[in-house]
Amino acid sequence: MKTNRAWKKQDINLRPGLTINGKWHHQRYIIKKKLGEGAVGAVYLCEVNGKLAALKISDKGTSMTVEVNVLKSLQKVQGSRLGPYLLDVDDWVSPYGHMYSFYVMEYLKGEEMSRFIQNNGSAWVGVFMLQLLEDLGRFHQSGWIFGDLKLDNLIVVSSPTRVRFIDVGGTTQIGRAIKEYTEFYDRGYWGMGTRRAEPSYDLFAFVMVFINVFYPKRFERGGQSERILFKRIDDVKALIPYRQVLKNALTGKYLSSAEMKQEITNILYSTQKRRSVRASAKEDAHAQFLMEAGGVTIVAIGYYLFSLLL
Amino acid sequence: MRSGTLKQILLLTDGCSNRGEDPSVTAALAYQQGITVNVIGILDDDQTEESAELKEIEEISLSGGGVSQIVYSESLSQTVQMVTKQAMTQTLQGFVNKELKQILGSNQTLEDLDPEKRGEIMEVVEDLGETSDLEVLVLVDTSASMHDKLQTVKESLIDLSISLNSRIGRNRFAIYSFPGKRKDIQKVFDWSPKLDAISTIFPKLTSGGITPTGPAIREAMYQFGKKSLLRSLKHEDKSGLEETGY
Repeated sequence: MKTNRAWKKQDINLRPGLTINGKWHHQRYIIKKKLGEGAVGAVYLCEVNGKLAALKISDKGTSMTVEVNVLKSLQKVQGSRLGPYLLDVDDWVSPYGHMYSFYVMEYLKGEEMSRFIQNNGSAWVGVFMLQLLEDLGRFHQSGWIFGDLKLDNLIVVSSPTRVRFIDVGGTTQIGRAIKEYTEFYDRGYWGMGTRRAEPSYDLFAFVMVFINVFYPKRFERGGQSERILFKRIDDVKALIPYRQVLKNALTGKYLSSAEMKQEITNILYSTQKRRSVRASAKEDAHAQFLMEAGGVTIVAIGYYLFSLLL
Repeated sequence: MRSGTLKQILLLTDGCSNRGEDPSVTAALAYQQGITVNVIGILDDDQTEESAELKEIEEISLSGGGVSQIVYSESLSQTVQMVTKQAMTQTLQGFVNKELKQILGSNQTLEDLDPEKRGEIMEVVEDLGETSDLEVLVLVDTSASMHDKLQTVKESLIDLSISLNSRIGRNRFAIYSFPGKRKDIQKVFDWSPKLDAISTIFPKLTSGGITPTGPAIREAMYQFGKKSLLRSLKHEDKSGLEETGY
């Protein structure tokens, strides 16, 4: 995008081994490799004082400043780790004299959520749902909406297994217009609501995350969004236990993530209970069969003895 | 807080102007009147970026104080919103920079401040962007080659309206097409807070042969002053009611 500025720059491509020198805080970062790229800038794995960190760099100074502001206010939310921990914010002047903004955050090593579910079974679906709803609830309670909630922005870290947010670039204050979104996850795109930042916006995207897990190639909107999305949910075996809750969230029935979390907890509890009930029911049936079989045998023996007497 | 109204012309086109005055001249005129001119160049999937087109699009937005972007039609929705929002930020940042220069001296801009101060200022800019009223005049090129793209244009404008109406500030949209019948531009949709009514109007657009981009921008600029007094009074009335919950 060409903006009206005196300095125009190309995309950044930092080669491994390059040292980034902070203009203001003079910290030195050695670039290791590129981790990913988004609408605003690219993220690199880097090394600082012998430790690994993630460095996001972009020529869009304005957007970067906005992201940093979000990270900083999330850091103020006590006792919770909602986003990656922010380590440094600075500018870098390239050898060609271009200025870039960058910030450095903790490096979260983990696995993509959909791959994790593929490898470890769909029993994890319910766990991740609860973990995500818990984190979303904390976002909402501190006055923020995550906004650009999608698979790419989630990572599963190990020991203990927990899903975490890695990019908080779309985080928006409640009541404002969603800052950044991805069409597939956006209720505005599906014609099922506004882009006003409110808890139900995140809960819609939350459902789309789990739809995306089972439809990795995604799909496009058609005439009747509600019917299309409901059908997609119904067609996935792993989502059947949750389908009513997911549908409620798609149609904006939950005002808070706590409400939705409670219903999912109930489902998980009752499926477990049902499973154990079904198991004990099986035992009953077994006993009944034994008794019946025993009864029949006794009658048969009686008959046999009786026929002998005759 | 009541912030001012930001005025933007959003030009959607797929080719070079071929009639009338130079569009960058009229864009510069509009900018002088406090109206930012943004340009989106829409390409066909098989089209490559032609340098003449690219240059014109860039020139118009540069002299119009706005943002330009070349896209293929499938990513139009996101681009329309990005361009509109970025132009808002740019305009607001321009105001802030002007203030900064007065306080800090002639050569100080936002980039010369350390990241912490910049962060605080950007918070103000963001607040303004969320609360400012916005007027967008969409200027759609309907020359023959645009015909296939009008459906996408329509969808992306409805999408833009969803996004902007999720803001706290008020919005007003108008759509004009060019070339018009015996005129430079043709009114498609009069100033209104929402764009969801355009579905029925859009297919009726007819395509013409010429592309008078320059004159179209000049005419578009006049439309910002033309809102009838009566209607604006009514609008103020209604919005006064809407704002009681503020």
